Amino acid sequence: MATIEDRPARTVHSTVSGNCVEPLYTSRDVDLNYKRDLGDPGEFPFTRGVYGTMYRGRVWTMRQFAGFGTAAETNARFRYLLEHGQTGLSTAFDMPTLMGYDSDHPRSLGEVGREGVAIDSLADMETLFAGIPLGEVSTSMTINSAAAILLAFYVCVGEQQSVPRSELRGTVQTDILKEYIAQKEYIFPPGPSLRLVTDMIEWSTRELPRMHPVSISGYHIREAGSTASQELAFTLANGFTYVEWALARGLDIDEFAPRLSFFFNAHIDFFEEIAKYRAARRIWARELRERFGAKADRSLLMRFHAQTAGVSLTAQQPEVNIVRTAIEALAAVLGGCQSLHTNSYDEALALPTEEAVRLALRTQQVIAHETGVVNTVDPLGGSWFVEALTNELERQAYEYFDRIEALGGVVAAIEQNFFQREIAEASFRYQAEVERVERVVVGVNRYIGDEDTPPPLLRIDPALEPAQIERVRSLRERRDVRTAEAALARLKTEAAREDVNLMPALVEAARAYVTMGEMCEALRAVWGVWRETPVF
Amino acid sequence: MPDVSLALAHHGWDSFVSGSKTRVVIAKPGLDGHDRGAKVIARALRDAGMEVIYTGLHQTPEQIAETAIQEDADAVGISILSGAHMTLVPRIVDLLRERGADDVLVVVGGTIPRDDVDELKRHGVAEVFTPGAATSEIVEFLQAHV
Repeated sequence: MATIEDRPARTVHSTVSGNCVEPLYTSRDVDLNYKRDLGDPGEFPFTRGVYGTMYRGRVWTMRQFAGFGTAAETNARFRYLLEHGQTGLSTAFDMPTLMGYDSDHPRSLGEVGREGVAIDSLADMETLFAGIPLGEVSTSMTINSAAAILLAFYVCVGEQQSVPRSELRGTVQTDILKEYIAQKEYIFPPGPSLRLVTDMIEWSTRELPRMHPVSISGYHIREAGSTASQELAFTLANGFTYVEWALARGLDIDEFAPRLSFFFNAHIDFFEEIAKYRAARRIWARELRERFGAKADRSLLMRFHAQTAGVSLTAQQPEVNIVRTAIEALAAVLGGCQSLHTNSYDEALALPTEEAVRLALRTQQVIAHETGVVNTVDPLGGSWFVEALTNELERQAYEYFDRIEALGGVVAAIEQNFFQREIAEASFRYQAEVERVERVVVGVNRYIGDEDTPPPLLRIDPALEPAQIERVRSLRERRDVRTAEAALARLKTEAAREDVNLMPALVEAARAYVTMGEMCEALRAVWGVWRETPVF
Repeated sequence: MPDVSLALAHHGWDSFVSGSKTRVVIAKPGLDGHDRGAKVIARALRDAGMEVIYTGLHQTPEQIAETAIQEDADAVGISILSGAHMTLVPRIVDLLRERGADDVLVVVGGTIPRDDVDELKRHGVAEVFTPGAATSEIVEFLQAHV
């Protein structure tokens, strides 16, 4: 059977991932058994959708990723987005927060508030959600290495607002495996990191029944340059690994699996993306039932958030990005996403301005309310092309599952740089296609315009950094030092033990205003740090 | 592994003539983890006949300057997409100068707004490559200016 490597890197008519596309598809191209391969929406294997009514029952959550500067600036942007019709929050944290450093750490110099919001402590989290009722709004947090800490902060803010834990809704990304593979926001080595993820799944399943403790992600894998089938395969393989760890912990699959969620890229090759989501639903449902023994339907649902592809945005003629984002968003909707972020047209060069992000939100609203695509579920189901592509992506994913298993599983494959090499190879191949103009990028290698006047860009006020540094320093002086020190000591002790769930200690430390950086430093001391051996 | 060479990439003519390859350090400063571009460019430069040292992620300006000097680099290519470029890049340029390595060509790639491009060049950066720049452009620039 031909593997991906056997395929020519580019034929004239292939998807952006290099999958050949035939001029015509007929019933002869697909061997389809409706009950076995599709099912109705809401029925095994859920190819057509995780719920019976999908958007007729409720439109996807419009959830724009936002964050910059300090908590006060981001709180204002959160409120702006909610006012303009967004239906869920999504938090972007700055690099220091993502990498486990307080704003006053030497490594944070120049980085505070640049890529997201600076959160050093529970105090910042309180400011971030000021005036936002956590019992009524669901919040996603894009944080991975420090996910458990940010979750602890969120739980404490909920406490302060007197919202019962059982009513907190949202998602923490937490997907550490893809950090080693693609997003590179790792801190600790894989073993302790997976322990922490499993702690979060275990604790969250019990304490936060309406939150998703993990968002198993392909978005970043794709942004790093992978093909669609690599995105599909690597994401699901990571998901299976988390399931294995949770089962090894002794958790009941039908208790934790319903809390797992996913996050996929919505890239520019329209039909390939729709096929990818459908294949993902089918594969996840089958594997959870047949390989992992899940019995409840709720355990089999591959529910996902989607984000339109950042890498598809151009700095040249940036207004054209509005078109790209709209088409990508439509693919995510036709593919049955539960939640969606649409990029702003200015994001090839900066974080979005208010005007740009409002337009991105309006893009979703037009799709939802004007186009009629929400009126029926899986409208492309039964298309010979889409079903053939769904089958092909599934086949390619299983080839990758075999290769990963032959290497010893996901963690072993990470340590051998397997994923990283595949991704580097795919991204180099794509770049070569673009430079040979075998693949057109409008405005970049064809239809090049005169030099653009760049749109007004969001600028992060450099004064925010010293202000945040002052804030965290004064917090360390204001807090009850003994309580904080005791909490930090407890965290260190329990991190060194393998038989304790770390979440209670993290919540206690959060409440005591131990900073995020202090907690991470304590964990680094116990667990060590991960250093990759780069391949290119 | 399939060998995809860029149609427009030259082999380093100068290095052929002089017998020594152009040595380029590709560096990722600060906490930024976006390494797709850095890796693609590192490979393109290697395919064009240059000696490439990729520092990997999370390098401090001090580490980058040290690597450039240790590796006897002709050029340093700084890749940065975190928005921290106005702090980190000038530091790297200053450190190279302080350590007597101001003949090292410094180029930058990343999400750099136009106003910042101008300021970086005033600070001593030879060129800034923003999104959409072709690897062939970068190869040609280095061959012309090193």
